[in-house]
Amino acid sequence: MTTFRLVLKELRERKSQLVTSFVAIALGITVIVAVRTMSHFSEKAVAQELDNLGANVLILPKGATVTNYYTADFGEYVMPESYVDDITTSGLKGVDNLSPKLTEAISVDGERVYLTGILPKNEFKSKPAWQSADGIFARPEGCGTVVPGSVAKALGGSAQGGASAAAPRQAVVQELGGAEVMVGNDVASRFGLKVGSTLPIKGESFTVKSVLPSTGTVDDTRIFAHLHSVQRLFHRGQVVNAVEMIGCCKEISKGLIDGLNRLLPEAKVVTIKQIAQTQLSTNTMMERFSLIFLVIILLVGAVSIANYMLANVYERRKEIGTLLALGATRQRVSRIFFLKSALLGVTGGVAGYGVGTVLAVGLGPRIAGVPVLPLPSLAGWAVLLALAVSVLASALPVAKAARLDPAEILREG
Amino acid sequence: MIQAEKITKRYQRREGPVLALDDVSLEVAEGEFVSIVGPSGCGKSTLLLTLGCLIRPSEGKVWLEGRSVYDLSHEEAAALRLNTIGFVFQTFNLVPYLTALENVQIPLYLSGLPPSRQRERAEHLLEKVGLGDRLSHKPSELSVGQQQRVALARTLANRPRLILADEPTGNLDPALAKEMLDHLEELHQEGTTVVMVTHDPRLAGRAERQLRLADGRVDGQSAAL
Repeated sequence: MTTFRLVLKELRERKSQLVTSFVAIALGITVIVAVRTMSHFSEKAVAQELDNLGANVLILPKGATVTNYYTADFGEYVMPESYVDDITTSGLKGVDNLSPKLTEAISVDGERVYLTGILPKNEFKSKPAWQSADGIFARPEGCGTVVPGSVAKALGGSAQGGASAAAPRQAVVQELGGAEVMVGNDVASRFGLKVGSTLPIKGESFTVKSVLPSTGTVDDTRIFAHLHSVQRLFHRGQVVNAVEMIGCCKEISKGLIDGLNRLLPEAKVVTIKQIAQTQLSTNTMMERFSLIFLVIILLVGAVSIANYMLANVYERRKEIGTLLALGATRQRVSRIFFLKSALLGVTGGVAGYGVGTVLAVGLGPRIAGVPVLPLPSLAGWAVLLALAVSVLASALPVAKAARLDPAEILREG
Repeated sequence: MIQAEKITKRYQRREGPVLALDDVSLEVAEGEFVSIVGPSGCGKSTLLLTLGCLIRPSEGKVWLEGRSVYDLSHEEAAALRLNTIGFVFQTFNLVPYLTALENVQIPLYLSGLPPSRQRERAEHLLEKVGLGDRLSHKPSELSVGQQQRVALARTLANRPRLILADEPTGNLDPALAKEMLDHLEELHQEGTTVVMVTHDPRLAGRAERQLRLADGRVDGQSAAL
């Protein structure tokens, strides 16, 4: 005889009563796992959509305004490109998808268009000072990011497809040669440009690497070239007139902007409030919803277990009294009941994780409209949560069992 | 073995305080067989449970093998019950979901004996009481007499030096009652101290000494003829 065997035998003896509370805890964990799994992929999908809205933080030269940014007309407003180094090496949290830009007006076939210099990702990697740059292209979870290869794969697409598609506004371009350009949709139509076409700019010949899809923004009328090519063409030196950034929405509210202001006192840091607020409120709403749901479900499970354990203690009064009379300590009695509730929690957690995951994967696409994959990282949490709820809910009944007066029970006959 | 000195036990009931034991003093020598007799409600069971470290008296002291049992910690008192005292309950109090073998293993499990040795000792005890072929039967699958013998085997598991029996024949027919008394006498012959509560004067007469209890007080005592 061992405590474990004693508990197992008792569990087997009273299966029907056990089922109710096992179902309660398993069901609770099922719902939590299903909701968390679906909302995880749903949030990722929303995050991807939000990322398509573009940068939410702009760093502009001191005198420039947001109007300058949207009209792509910066005049003489510039700031050092080294600001990007400063941000990258500052250790500020929540910085992602840094995109320094230098925009100049040029004439193509006599028409005025904007040439914007951008810095592709491979440039970040090539600089020793930016060795940690990978970090700023992989935003924390729940931050409205597109993590290459994870959600993108789940959604059947490619997060880095931006190199040839809608890249400049929403993500960092992977590679762009010094003699290559990407052209906006309007520009391509107006001048009959296609991939592989040659475009002369200020006496130099550039090859069209890609034609960007229509965005309905000023980007449609832009030509994008390598930042350093634009700096060279316009004899500007190492300057930019905007740094676009996707700040992690949580970090924005936690002082990222103040940090940037302190870091770059000579620049103007602007939050694109609407976008940041949308990201922030979307994430906050989902988190709050999940939390409320979780608390209610856990309470229901806990009440059910507490109720079952109380009934079990009452039913086993004579057995407990006998054990105490035979020489069991109160700690021993507590151990027997806590082991029982722990077993209930662990098995309920495992079952809940399994069923919840199957439900999420099966129903996710219909309910949330996104492909859903199992989240193995939730398994440990599910079991721990069920275990904690079960053990905590049993605390009162167990204390009651350990405090029973054996003499009183034995006198009852 | 046992000394009880001026023990009084009052219960608080809704109707007011009830005096269950009133200034009871007694001594039980090692190896003695004592019966406590008296009418229903006279305080016999309260006295027995008080001697068994289960009911703390309102006043007075109880010594067991020289130790004041109600000055012990909860753990020490539990250890005393486990290793020194064996209870015989009127209703057997077997755990219904355990087999006969497992029921007898309980005190051994509480003592921390390894499962293999628990099993060995429990099998030996059940064979000794004639239930070697009923090891895996649950109490509900056993007759009353067999249940009584399983309970007795469980009582003897840790080789108690003191047996406290509360109406041990109360639920038994005359034949089984005699069998139970025979077992208690045999244990007494082997040197175990036995204190038995009964309301049946004939059964009480089989003890070496009888203590009569009335209204919570010792009303007299007599030795066996």
